[in-house]
Amino acid sequence: MRKVISLAHGNGGKLTQELIKDILLPCFNNPLLAPLTDSAIFEVNRTKFAFTTDSYVIKPLFFSGGDIGKLSVSGTINDLAVMGAKPIFISCGLIIEEGLPLSTLKKIVSSVEKTARYAGVSVITGDTKVVEKGSADGMFINTSGIGIVPSGINLSLERVEVGDRIIVNGTVGDHSVAVLSEREELGFSESVSSDCAPLYEMVEKLKPYWGNIKFMRDPTRGGVAGVLNEIVQNQSFGIKLQERNIPFREETTALCELLGIDPLYLANEGKILFFVEPEKAEQILQILHTHPLGKKSSIIGEVVARSPGKVYLETSIGTKRVLDMLIEDQLPRIC
Amino acid sequence: MCLAIPVKLTSKEGIKGRVKIGSTEREVNLTLMPDARVGDYVLVHAGFAISKVEEKEAEELLELLSTVSY
Amino acid sequence: MKYISEFRDQKLAERLARRIARIAKDEGRKIKLMEVCGTHAMAILKYGIKELIPPSIKLLSGPGCPVCVTPNQYIDKACSYARKGFLIATFGDMLRVPGSKSSLIEEKSRGRKVKVVYSTMDALKLAKSLPEEKVIFLGIGFETTAPTVAASISAAKEEGMGNFMVLCGHKLIPPAMKALVETDEVKIDGFLCPGHVSVITGSRAYEFLARDYNIPCVVAGFEPLDILQGINLLISQIYRDEARVENEYTRVVTPEGNLKAGSLMRKVFNVSDSQWRGMGIIRQSGLSIAEDYSWYDVQTRYPIEVTSSEGKEGCRCGEVLRGLIEPRECALFGDICSPSHPFGPCMVSIEGACNIYYRFGYKRKTVK
Repeated sequence: MRKVISLAHGNGGKLTQELIKDILLPCFNNPLLAPLTDSAIFEVNRTKFAFTTDSYVIKPLFFSGGDIGKLSVSGTINDLAVMGAKPIFISCGLIIEEGLPLSTLKKIVSSVEKTARYAGVSVITGDTKVVEKGSADGMFINTSGIGIVPSGINLSLERVEVGDRIIVNGTVGDHSVAVLSEREELGFSESVSSDCAPLYEMVEKLKPYWGNIKFMRDPTRGGVAGVLNEIVQNQSFGIKLQERNIPFREETTALCELLGIDPLYLANEGKILFFVEPEKAEQILQILHTHPLGKKSSIIGEVVARSPGKVYLETSIGTKRVLDMLIEDQLPRIC
Repeated sequence: MCLAIPVKLTSKEGIKGRVKIGSTEREVNLTLMPDARVGDYVLVHAGFAISKVEEKEAEELLELLSTVSY
Repeated sequence: MKYISEFRDQKLAERLARRIARIAKDEGRKIKLMEVCGTHAMAILKYGIKELIPPSIKLLSGPGCPVCVTPNQYIDKACSYARKGFLIATFGDMLRVPGSKSSLIEEKSRGRKVKVVYSTMDALKLAKSLPEEKVIFLGIGFETTAPTVAASISAAKEEGMGNFMVLCGHKLIPPAMKALVETDEVKIDGFLCPGHVSVITGSRAYEFLARDYNIPCVVAGFEPLDILQGINLLISQIYRDEARVENEYTRVVTPEGNLKAGSLMRKVFNVSDSQWRGMGIIRQSGLSIAEDYSWYDVQTRYPIEVTSSEGKEGCRCGEVLRGLIEPRECALFGDICSPSHPFGPCMVSIEGACNIYYRFGYKRKTVK
């Protein structure tokens, strides 16, 4: 274990896992936390609730396709949505850096409101703190969310078995590329748009097939490859992805080639990975195609018996290679 | 070593060019490729165009590869 | 993407792989090919090309990862300048490379001024926008990158800029290939020559290897079809006992190279002896800033001395860089040395052979 926290402890890769396993879990462990799912699920008077929290730190605060306000609502809604929970309430805690223009704050707060309204939730509690200049990158936001898990939905990693198909609802890696290319030192104009969006409505649209969906995850931090690696860890199955079936935007591919980074490890903020019964995969795909946020949905892989605990990619030339868990953050590079 | 990708030169003013990458654009330096023309595909490394991509050569290679005997 | 996706065609790749397998089987002789370039090494594992190639053809990684061959002393100097208050502008590649005690990312986390740039011209812009800062660009890389740095030094001089300097650590590939061949530690049957270095040097730069050392050379691009065709051409030469320079990458590489880049490099740099990590000092294998431009050479303007230790006990990066062993033959690989806890530079750099092998799922070879 390293002695001090490095940025890589927060990237969702190996070091984040070490942190959770070695420091956080031994301290907090309880049956509701233990599954380490996107939201905790608990029951009150026979109603199942989902509860989640997330903090948002992003530079720049505004990027093509979104801003920290939209992101902080979408992310939390999506953490509920992947548990099958209909979001009802969220909280909004603001940590603001001294010197932030009021107009910026107003813009961000109204983006929070707008996204919440679109997603059908209300912000019912909040908090504001101001910290000294230099102690925050303009602004940090924490949101928590509560949702109700309807009957008829039964999502659990334990249901996943060999043969299940994996669907993603559109192009992969766009959020990170949008944020990365917005940084001025990289000098890109008009960037790729982030996919940042709340997705519960799309999940609700799949209601006729809820029973056939076994498990969902949002491939945020760590990207598709990172999140799938977390999923297969200590499991008796592996995952095989087909490179040619993974949807990418051309500019995302190009910028990744240029900067030497792998889009499969880049964060998405408007994507869900669905693990579905093979017999119903096509029908589910068709419904997703009718939703504006699912037009480019694709079956990108399947659960396989071979190499348990590993994620494989069948490359564009038909060979196989391991997609390991990300270790360090990817940096733009030239060689 | 050395990552470089082929991109299309969309405008040029002296040694300052712009290349199009999907919907996004970036400035590219033409000091090493002063003769590059708008419309050419150029190989870009670390913000510099370092070579023109010859379409004919690319096509000939693909043609050759499609007739490789095994 | 044009000029990329066509060269990732599965059918053509399979066809080439079948041809390579057939020729190798007919001949039966075991051969060793070296891909000099880290970008080749990466593409080979990224596309699973090793599994397409019969075991009688062994692919060795070479010294072509600029970050890996940069000695500790260079990193130590960069860190030292950062601690003295200079603003360090660098390609992202250099950030995590450990020197004797520290790395630039550690210096950055301690609040020193370290900025990642994508281009040396961006570093120049940075210097212009921050006239009160003394900006040092880390000039690392081979022939592909060196002319871009030469261009920025030349531009800085033309504009009379006072606050832009370069810490020059550029290296040249053909002299390193020569050194590898001359030490004779490993018998290399053919070189897969680095495509983008060759864009600048031209394919003729390797002719001495074929002529004087009888080693077949093929300049190849970085897409899977390029690499497979490179291997195909190499083994065809080897099995026919020929030794020539062939150019697979004609869409961007010419025999004479980029002359403009060559002349700019000659104007701004002198060729000098250079220290390579794991390989020692190689004659005439590095670039230093010429006297006319010494105002832009931080080592001339603000000389510093650092005490550096090279190498750690047990680390076999030197042997990996010389093609003597595969990363997985090192006793530290995977257990003691991994990308999250790297021991040597080849595990740190994304293009380092050890890092690539680890990321693409290779396990340590158990020694009998």
